[in-house]
This record gives sequence, structure tokens and C-alpha cells, in this order.
Amino acid sequence: MEVFKADVAIVGAGGTGLRAAIAVAEADPSLKVALVSKVYPMRSHTVAAEGGAAGVVQDHDSLEYHFNDTVGGGDWLCDQDVVEYFVAHCTEELTQLEHWGCPWSRKPDGHINVRAFGGMKIERTWFAADTSGFHMLHTLFQTSIKYPSIKRFDEYFCVDLVVEDGRCQGVVVIEVATGRLTFIQAKAVIMATGGAGRVFRENTNGGIVTGDGMALAYRHGVPLRDLEFMQYHPTCMPGTGLLFTEACRGEGGFLLNKDGYRFLQDYGLGPAEDKPRNKYMELGPRDRISQAIWHEEKKGRTISTPYGEVVHLDLRHLGERKLRERLPLIYELAEEYMDIDPAHSPIPVRPGIHYTMGGIYAKLNTETPLPGLYAAGECAGNGVHGANRLGSNSLVDIIVFGKLAGVEAAKFSKSTQFSNPAALETQAKAVQERAIGLVTKTGGKEKHSVLRREMGKSMENGCGIYRTAAEMQATCDKLGELRERYKNLDVEDKSNVWNNDWLGALEVGYLLQVAEVVAHSALNRKESRGAHQRLDGYEQRDDANYLKHTLAYCTGDGPPRIEYQDVVITKSKPGTRAYGAAGDKAEQERKKEAGHG
Amino acid sequence: MADTTKTIEIEVLRYRPEQDKEPFFQTYTVPFEDDWSVLQGLQYIKDDLDGTLSFRWSCRMAICGSCGMMIDGKPRLACRTFLRHYHPNKLRVGPLEHFPIERDLVVVVEDFIRKLESIKPYIIPKEPRKLEQGEYLQTPAQLEQFRQFSGCINCMLCYAACPQYGLDSKFTGPGVLALMHRYNADSRDGGRGERMALGHSEEGFWGCTAVTYCSEVCPKDVDPANAINQNKMGSAIDYFLRFVAPRGAGK
Ligand SMILES: Cc1cc2nc3c(=O)[nH]c(=O)nc-3n(C[C@H](O)[C@H](O)[C@H](O)COP(=O)(O)OP(=O)(O)OC[C@H]3O[C@@H](n4cnc5c(N)ncnc54)[C@H](O)[C@@H]3O)c2cc1C
Ligand code: SF4
Ligand code: FES
Repeated sequence: MEVFKADVAIVGAGGTGLRAAIAVAEADPSLKVALVSKVYPMRSHTVAAEGGAAGVVQDHDSLEYHFNDTVGGGDWLCDQDVVEYFVAHCTEELTQLEHWGCPWSRKPDGHINVRAFGGMKIERTWFAADTSGFHMLHTLFQTSIKYPSIKRFDEYFCVDLVVEDGRCQGVVVIEVATGRLTFIQAKAVIMATGGAGRVFRENTNGGIVTGDGMALAYRHGVPLRDLEFMQYHPTCMPGTGLLFTEACRGEGGFLLNKDGYRFLQDYGLGPAEDKPRNKYMELGPRDRISQAIWHEEKKGRTISTPYGEVVHLDLRHLGERKLRERLPLIYELAEEYMDIDPAHSPIPVRPGIHYTMGGIYAKLNTETPLPGLYAAGECAGNGVHGANRLGSNSLVDIIVFGKLAGVEAAKFSKSTQFSNPAALETQAKAVQERAIGLVTKTGGKEKHSVLRREMGKSMENGCGIYRTAAEMQATCDKLGELRERYKNLDVEDKSNVWNNDWLGALEVGYLLQVAEVVAHSALNRKESRGAHQRLDGYEQRDDANYLKHTLAYCTGDGPPRIEYQDVVITKSKPGTRAYGAAGDKAEQERKKEAGHG
Repeated sequence: MADTTKTIEIEVLRYRPEQDKEPFFQTYTVPFEDDWSVLQGLQYIKDDLDGTLSFRWSCRMAICGSCGMMIDGKPRLACRTFLRHYHPNKLRVGPLEHFPIERDLVVVVEDFIRKLESIKPYIIPKEPRKLEQGEYLQTPAQLEQFRQFSGCINCMLCYAACPQYGLDSKFTGPGVLALMHRYNADSRDGGRGERMALGHSEEGFWGCTAVTYCSEVCPKDVDPANAINQNKMGSAIDYFLRFVAPRGAGK
């Protein structure tokens, strides 16, 4: 088996992994970086992000506001020390991207332009039309080419970590083109593998967003944190789940029910006004809006389509010119995929799974409990997003913590030595045998595509926008069944070259494990908070018992063991989470209270 | 669910180097919905009919650039091409032309990636700037100079469309030349001189024979033919400038 030695190995070359790689290269050009990705870097799912990235730039905005929006938006499940670091570094990182060439949209005077986003008090979302993630990713990828110390492993699929002496010492990867395995021995490893939205059926995520890094870390004893918090985005294309960015509403779009009524005013987000107003109505947070759509459906006020119940995203009043300038991709999606001209007809939308708030447990400095292993970006559960992520906070999360992971891993790698490869290679060979065994095995009966579908459906039934114990239990049981059936898998394709039947089977293995953590973490949390809402007697937030992070530990061949951990609260005491006029009132009261003591 | 009785025949080029002596077409009958893309048809084949068919895809929304292929002889993104437009006729799907076939619909893209890496596709600052100084100022008009050319998703459809690249793969090709122009035309950049060594050569802008089919097939309106044309003019001017300006004076 081929061995490659790197000071730092990075699994994932999306926004997070690329930013981390550049940070290592800039920290010390003599450090060798192995940057592994199962797709060419610019295919990573960061490419699909539309709306933009948050960073305070306006004079009447402040880091404190960004902090409060994030912590309140996360329903106080955020670790506040992490959020404080985060908001303090967003603008700097976005500026860095600007220096690297990111084509951010501009104001007439040449300064960065910002737009409104849901749950944000002041406009602070930097954007590059409505292909912000695309431009960030290509800018990072192209900039990374400058650094000769970054050795890319494009289209290499990571099958496992190698852990020896209680420390992560490398990864085993499959070259997709040949099916050959390589052991990348590394002094430090960064996980940057993105989210796990594909555990659900209808979602905004690309086919590659399968939670691989989460499952791998989990198998090696690293807990997965807060995975019950899966974000539904309210405005997705029925059927495919493709996204219509929140920027549609930031630019002034309305959400209408079947009577043409802006129903959000019935759900504590009003009053309704013609012009968009931050934190009101359509600029409320995603969890609240998705929940409101669910209620409208129950009241029979949604519109029936072959792909389920929908509401309307109405952009007509913005006019074709503005739509083409500010939301060209949205225009294209509506026209090409739905045969709708958004300047003349409203767009049918429904909530779809979008973002994984939880992930691999990592501290502020991105280190995980496993020495030598770091995690950042969507795969990490570092506590920055709490129970509900605000739109435009993730694209900055990935560069702020991607950079930090690079810096920290570089430091760690310099403080340690390569250990004797013999023991590591024995392990790597065992990994290889297991991976190849999945293909060569005969007599199996199950197809991974079938297991994947059953999983997605069951997750939707049990872990959707609203949850009950009975339905979650049924999903947990189903996932237990799928775990057993996975052992009886038959991979049809037995070849070596570009065998993505094999890789698909491995991905379903990752997905099933992550799904089980989501479902069990959800079942165990007996309260409602952010994206986790229950209907079975736990409708309220319960700070006395659940102002806590979930930690899910792998128990081998079974469901996870669930533990809890305190949330870091520094300066924002848990308060009422309110938006619209009620939100203004709550803020006044908080101010008064703070003034008195 | 909508009407699922409609079906379409998809002929897919198959080639597995470990077992097939040469490529051949295999026909699958696929039930489909009116809003299904060709990609969804292929996914149906993969999940339900034949797990051994290989192709690249991820985003499903025409932005990751993975799913370029020949669809009835035209280079297209499978995720943005719809089955209903071919029904009731059958349709034929093959790997992108002008690239070696790795397997089935997967082509070897190394050549494109190496070219992309070779043109210094990053800002070489005209005036270095510290982070504390904030962003470079760039007016919307300056942004407009290169915005269009920064929209390339690296799907390589234009390479499959380019007869010149088909004849001689040394030609840098439309997408990468558009990217070179994107940086050259950026008000923050001062690297034009460094990049134009390649730009001037036969492999660069001058290799283009102005067929412009590249711009026609581009799914993102990047208009690489326009980028190349602007540079043919630019590079002719640079060429003559070498005789009037002393070496190294200005870029
Ligand atoms: C449609 C959409 C729109 C969005 N819009 C916004 C927005 O406007 N603002 C915002 O803030 N956020 C937005 N987000 C969220 C944000 O884009 C993501 O959270 C973020 O881009 C994740 O980046 P990442 O680098 O962590 O992961 P990704 O970009 O997903 O990259 C993961 C990387 O890991 C690699 N990888 C995974 N598994 C393996 C393996 N087994 N072996 C090798 N490599 C592997 C992949 O190849 C890839 O390179 C959006 C998300 C979606 C889906
Ligand atoms: S220029 Fe257009 S066709 Fe060519 S690679 Fe870029 S996006 Fe694709
Ligand atoms: S799947 Fe991403 S471009 Fe088609």
C-alpha cells in the first residue's frame, strides 16, 4: 500500500478545507499539506451557497448586535465564547477573501455592499449576486494554487482515520479513478467534510453531503454534538428540494398562503409592512418560518401539488430588472426547472432540509477530544450555531474556523513527530481489507440505494419540523433495522475503476450512522428549542433541564449513548426568543433589566 | 404523485476499461415525470436498473460543474437538461467529447485542471494591501469588467465544443482563457504581464480559430469567445508595445 507523509492532512476541500490548507501554508511553507477531497475542490457543496456571508461593516451595526442575533437565533444553545470569537473575525476573513479576488457586489462608491438576511438586526450580509458560495469557493480554490506546499488529492475518498497511541495519525483514502488505497500518514488531521443533509429525503444538499467525516470521527470515539438540530429551510423547490435563497426575502419577497395572505403575521412575526424590515415577517428566522408553513398546512391554507403542500414565494413586485441583477440564479432556477417567470408568477415552495447545526464535537480552537484531530465547518459541532443557524453565518463559519483549524493543526504538527509507520501501516492495511471486503463479499441481498431511500423517508416521518416521541421511536427502530440490513449488503459493481457503486455503499454506511445519532439525540431531548420542536407535552424550552449540549457516543454495533454537557454562557442570559413587534418589546425589557442590575 | 406511466429510452455509452474492449451503447427504459432532468433519469438507472453505471454529479442545480456530458450530440449539463424535451423520442448520452474516457460517462479532466493551474488564476496585487486597510475599492463598473468571466463553473462544455481543442489539446482552451482574462481585467490585479507569456503563444489566445461554439454551449453565459477576442486585440497591442517600450517598464 502506498504511503504519503504529510504534516497536516485535511479531509475536505470545500470552503473550510481550502481555507485551512492556505492557513497551514501561510503559517509555515515548509509544512507539507495533503488536501483530500472525494470530488474536485470546486465541486464541493460550498459552491451551491447563494445568499451571502455575514460580517459587520455598517457604522450603525456592531459586533454586539451580531453576537446577540446569533445567540438569540440559536435559542441560547450557542457557546458564547465561540460566538464572541466568531463575530470578531468575520469581517476580517471576508476582507481577506476580497483581497484574494472574490467578486463581492459593490456600492456605487466601490465599497462592499450588504443585504438583509433573516434574524439579523442590521444588514450585514456580503454577497456576490446570488452565487456567493460559488465565488468564495472558486476564489479559495484558485488562490490555493499559489501555495506549492499544498498537495491535492482530488477525487480521493476517505475511508477511515488511523488512530494509534490515542492520537489521530493519518487517513486511508481510495483513489476513485483506480480503486487503489493510499495511507496518508499525518501528524495532524483536519476534518472539513461538510454536513449530513442527505440523511433526509427532500433537501437542498448535493449528493456528496453524506456526513462522512462525522461518522468516521464518531467511530473513533469522538462524540457528535447537538445533531438533533437539523435546519429546515422554508423556501425549497417542491420535489427536488433545490433552494431559493433567503436573499429572495432579504430583497423584499413575500410568503403567501393559498389566499394570497402574508400568513407570517399570524405567527408572532408581524405586523406586515410593504417594505422588508429586519427580524420581522419574511425576515424572521428559518425555524420559525418553516414551522409557520407547517401550521398553515394543518389549517388547510396551503396549495396542493403533486409534490406535496406548498406556499408561494412572491417576487413579482421586485420587477424583472432587480431580479436579474440581484437574484440571477433564482431566476434561472425558476425558469429552467419550473417553467416559471418569477417576475410574473409566484414560485411554489416548501420547507426542505438544509443545514446540519451539530457535528463533530470541537472546542473553540477546533480541536476535538481525539488528540491530533481537528474539525471545522459544517461537519463540526463547535457550538457557534446553537439550536438554529442564522442564514449567512455558515459561509463565515467555514472561513473563520477553517483558518483557525489550519493554524492550530500547523502548531500541533510542529510539536510532534511522525511515529514508526509499521504499526500504523498494519492498521491501514486492516482498513483496506475492510473497505475492499465490502465489494468482494458475495451472497448479500440488500441494495444500498434501497436502504438510503428507506432511511430518508423514515427521517422525514420521525425527525421533521415537528416531532413526537412515538414517531421518533419508530424512526429509531427503523434505523436499527437498517443498520442490521446494511450488514447484508450486495455491491453490484465489482470493478476498480470509478466504482461509485462501492463509494455509494460506503456513504450509506456513514449516513445510517449519522441518522441514528440524529434520531436518538432528538428522542432524548424532552423540550422544544430552535429546530427541535415537539408536540407531545414538551412544547416549551426547558432551560432547567436542557440548556445543554447533546453528546452522542458510539457504542459499537448499536444505538448511541447520549450524554449532556453545559452550554458556555458568558454575557447573554437565556431570554425570550421573539421577533417582529414582540421581539422589539422583548429587547426593550432586556435593556431595562440590564440597566437595573 | 404525478403520472408515472410515461417512459423514455435512454441510450448510454458504456465503457469499463477492465472488461470492455471498446465502448458500446446500452439502452435503458426509464419512467419519468415532466420535471425530471437527464440527471434524474441517470440516477434512476443507477439506483433501480443498473448499479454499475458511473457518472459524476453533485449539486443538481447547474453550479458545481460535475455533470457535463454529450446529450444527443451536444455538450450539456445533465442536471439542467430535461427529459420531456426529448420525449417521445429516445435520447443518447455519452461522455464529453475531446477528453479521454475514464469509464462510462466519466472523462479524465487532468488536462483541464493542469491548464487552469498554469495561468496563475489568482490576484497578483497591483498594490499590496493589508487587512487593516479594509477592502480594495472597486466600483460596480470595474466589477462589470470581469464579472461575467468569473462565472465559469469549470464544466468544460466549451472544451467539448471547441474544434481547435479537439484537434490539438495543447490549446489552452476557452474556459481557462476566459479565466485568465477574468484576472487580467480585475482592477485589483497587476499580473497581466506574467500571465500573458502564455496568452501570447500559439497555445494561448492565438490558438483560437473563432468558431464561437464555446459561447453557445456555455450554461453560464461566460462567453469565453468574447474573452478570447478581447485578448487577441490586447495581445496584438502588447506585442507591438514590446518594440516601443523599454523592457520591464510598466506592466
Ligand atoms: C443550497 C445551499 C445554499 C446555502 N447558502 C448559504 C448562504 O447563503 N450563506 C451561508 O452562510 N451558508 C449557506 N449555506 C451553507 C454553507 O454553504 C455550508 O454550510 C458550507 O458551505 C459548508 O462548507 P464546508 O467546507 O464545511 O463543506 P463542503 O463545502 O460541503 O465541503 C465538504 C468537502 O468534504 C469532502 N468530503 C466529504 N466526505 C469526504 C470523504 N469521505 N473523503 C474525501 N473527501 C470528502 C467533499 O469532497 C468536499 O470537498 C448554504 C447551503 C446550501 C446547501
Ligand atoms: S466557460 Fe462556460 S462552458 Fe466553459 S467551462 Fe466555463 S462555464 Fe463551462
Ligand atoms: S450536478 Fe452540479 S452541475 Fe449538474
